[in-house]
Amino acid sequence: MYDAVVIGAGHNGLVAACYLARAGLKTVIVEKNDWIGGAAVSRELYPGFTYSNCSYVSSLFRPEIMRDLDLSRHGLQILPYEGGALMTRDGGYLGMFRDHESNRREIARHSRRDAEAYDRYARDILRNCRLIRPMLMRRPPDLASFHPRDLSELLWLGRQITGQSEAALCDMLRFWTMSISDFLDEYFENPAVKAYQAVGSIIGTALGPMSPGTAYVLLHHAMGDVDGNVGAWGYARGGMGSITRALAESFRAAGGEIRAGIGVQEVRISNGRATGVVLANGDEIAARRVLSNMDVRRTFLGHVDRKELPPDFVKRVERFKTRGSSGKLNIALDGLPRFTALPEGAPNIKGDLHFTDTIDQMERAYDDWKAGRFSRHPFQDVMIPTMIDPTMTPPGKHFMSCFVQYAPPQIEGKAWSDADRDAFAKTCIDQIEAHAPGFRDLILHVEVRTPRELEAEVGLTEGNIFQGELTFDQMFFNRPVPGYANYRSPVKDLWICGSSTHPGGGVMGAPGRNAAREVLRDLRQPVSHMSDAYAIV
Amino acid sequence: MNDLRHYETPLLPTPFDARTAAACKTHAWANWGGYRTVTTFEDLAMEHSAIRNSASVYDLCPMIKYRIEGPDAVAFLDRLTPRNVAKLRTGSVHYTIWCDDAGHLLDDGTLFRLTDTRFRLCCQERHLPWLLDSAHGFDVTVTEETEDIAALSLQGPTSAEILRRAGIDIDALKPFRMMDVPFATGRLMISRTGFTGDLGYELWTTPDLALPLWDRLMEAGHLHGLRPIGSDALNIARLEAGFIITGYDFTPAHVCLREDRLRTPLDMGLGWLIDWEKGHFTGRNALLKQRAKGPEWAFVGLEIDGNIPADGAILYRAQKHEAGVVTGACWSPTLKRNIALAQLRADLVKSPDLWAEIYALRELHYAKMMMRARVVDRPFYTPARRTLTPAARF
Repeated sequence: MYDAVVIGAGHNGLVAACYLARAGLKTVIVEKNDWIGGAAVSRELYPGFTYSNCSYVSSLFRPEIMRDLDLSRHGLQILPYEGGALMTRDGGYLGMFRDHESNRREIARHSRRDAEAYDRYARDILRNCRLIRPMLMRRPPDLASFHPRDLSELLWLGRQITGQSEAALCDMLRFWTMSISDFLDEYFENPAVKAYQAVGSIIGTALGPMSPGTAYVLLHHAMGDVDGNVGAWGYARGGMGSITRALAESFRAAGGEIRAGIGVQEVRISNGRATGVVLANGDEIAARRVLSNMDVRRTFLGHVDRKELPPDFVKRVERFKTRGSSGKLNIALDGLPRFTALPEGAPNIKGDLHFTDTIDQMERAYDDWKAGRFSRHPFQDVMIPTMIDPTMTPPGKHFMSCFVQYAPPQIEGKAWSDADRDAFAKTCIDQIEAHAPGFRDLILHVEVRTPRELEAEVGLTEGNIFQGELTFDQMFFNRPVPGYANYRSPVKDLWICGSSTHPGGGVMGAPGRNAAREVLRDLRQPVSHMSDAYAIV
Repeated sequence: MNDLRHYETPLLPTPFDARTAAACKTHAWANWGGYRTVTTFEDLAMEHSAIRNSASVYDLCPMIKYRIEGPDAVAFLDRLTPRNVAKLRTGSVHYTIWCDDAGHLLDDGTLFRLTDTRFRLCCQERHLPWLLDSAHGFDVTVTEETEDIAALSLQGPTSAEILRRAGIDIDALKPFRMMDVPFATGRLMISRTGFTGDLGYELWTTPDLALPLWDRLMEAGHLHGLRPIGSDALNIARLEAGFIITGYDFTPAHVCLREDRLRTPLDMGLGWLIDWEKGHFTGRNALLKQRAKGPEWAFVGLEIDGNIPADGAILYRAQKHEAGVVTGACWSPTLKRNIALAQLRADLVKSPDLWAEIYALRELHYAKMMMRARVVDRPFYTPARRTLTPAARF
């Protein structure tokens, strides 16, 4: 008999399991794939090449969790990276530099006004980060509940908000609800500058840059940090799989057990309580409680007997938006591609590369998604982590990660076919080839992942990388559904700990950590091994 | 330099770099707004002493400069800044400030009236979007011209004599006035301004004439103790003069994250710049409200017991209630006093019971001191030679 069984060895399942095991709970993780990692996974799909098969950069992963779980001792290193560039259709580029003045001079090449507008823009993004970051590591209150904890949490939230001036409150509300396009128009005039800044607002989101709510998504991507440098992104050394590898090591060191290769068929429920899981091969694992790292739709619509669930809850879960919007190409390269727009030796190639030079163009890419097609001129977030990480490929060879939008869950109402997938890959590769002639000839192997593959392999419903869209109606106390933002479910002892819960997606670990804290709280177990969020001063 | 490869030189040389680099024996460089600048050339005490005893040159090129030009230039600047620009005569300079709509300080600087309709605004921070947005509805153009101008500050008791020796007749030049003379193949503008509180001038020309200007001054000044100074020596002089620096003594609103750190001109002791009667200017309504209520903060000069500089010290009333913070401090070699500038709670300006908590790291251990602080008038130091016209020989 286990104290806890965790379904899915994704980063949040692992984080939750680590905290439980460290509190002395006998914990087992069940993973359907032969490998662990969920969407923070690195596999060798071409000999000698380590991939970041899904997620590909790190910023959001909470440093409190890295410290609590001793992840550096278990091999995790997060590396800052420099650079980044948006290549324009006229053959030019807009680069990004870590040095403030270099960055200003670069923007000034495109607009002198925008170059001097950047500080004010950065201030406003940071102000909003300061508001939201303290909320990440807390359980949201249930607005309909009179439980003292909910009331005190609500009071805390109220204090955060009322501590602001009226002007700041207005700005915050606008920021959380407006489109990134409108938001950027308030600061910048140059189309390329705006397109670059809009990148973080559409990644993983079934919205276009002109859709209300996308400004918040930008914040979601800006609220992380690398060593306190808020908004900065880094690479996990050895690929994103090293995050989950280190978590697994930490888990095993605390006495945890991982069973990979056979997935869960069903959560066992007797007398309204979860009592364990039944595996696909018929084996049963009995446990005092079950934590699901699967998304909320997969958990309750696929693996829980519907008769055990209140109809209203089921209806809400069915309506929980998980529309996929992205695909991915993982490419093994025989050498470094040469982007014609970038000066030889420019550091920008070490960062994120884009080929969509206006907000309009991004919105047109979204139009294709709405029509049920993948974008003919997709938005890509291309990275070559091997420019910095020496461990992923042989010297001189490279791994390229291409995150692509938009890719719909279905193609014109029908499931993706292999031909659709290949056409999607060709579109993306053609776009890169246009900016880096000879690129195609460097390709050794390509792994193509459409929403179909993301759902089938990783288990993300409709291929949504956040386990549910990050729109305001599905955030905070409404994530995943009202009344259940506390990581619990209508079935006693069945918990949810994945990115479907507050504070949402990205390789953050906060949902798993918050869920474990709730479990331990119910058990009246000490939580001294869990850090509170670092204070923001 | 190829514009596309600007990132290869994140610290740009200023137009004086060939001379300053050669003179910078310490290699003590600092990044000032993306330019390579000198903190100390050779010896801090000698450099400060030159400001008060002989003469100094200081490379001002990284100061941000805007050209403001057009028939509505006066009206625009009167709207932008709280000071009365209509009263600024052509050929004159005044110290100024500007605020956002909420009355929070964005920056301070100097405003030069070059002609009836042409001005130059020199400041610490970059404000192009703010200036352009503020210019809406005014017939005026705003151009950032930082890189089009080479500027050098010549300060100290012998500075006037050096200019005379360089062949420039500055006898009639009064404080806060400027003059324009032919120089080499172009023009040289001289203003009797500075950041040291001493007799001194600022020299403005085009970048191609920067090195000839430097050489001419050095040649004229070699018998008058002229030497280049870095920003460390200048900082001591500006503290003695009681001048503030944006970003050091207050956080400008356009980069300020924490709302309680925003400061208005009234908080910063700059109310004397405001012309309440001239009509509307940006921030006026908010400042009127604050004036009626009284500001929460004051900005003061302090004399602190002992001789340990109180940089960053927390101020207390009765040694236990927090009262403010020191924003800049030094031992003044001129006054032989321990001086400081500070943000202080406005209700405590007259308190006789103020203390500064000073931590002195000595051989790896801190000596912790609670030293009495007294609010005193600024400037701490203002020699008569500063305003004498014609300027004295030393």
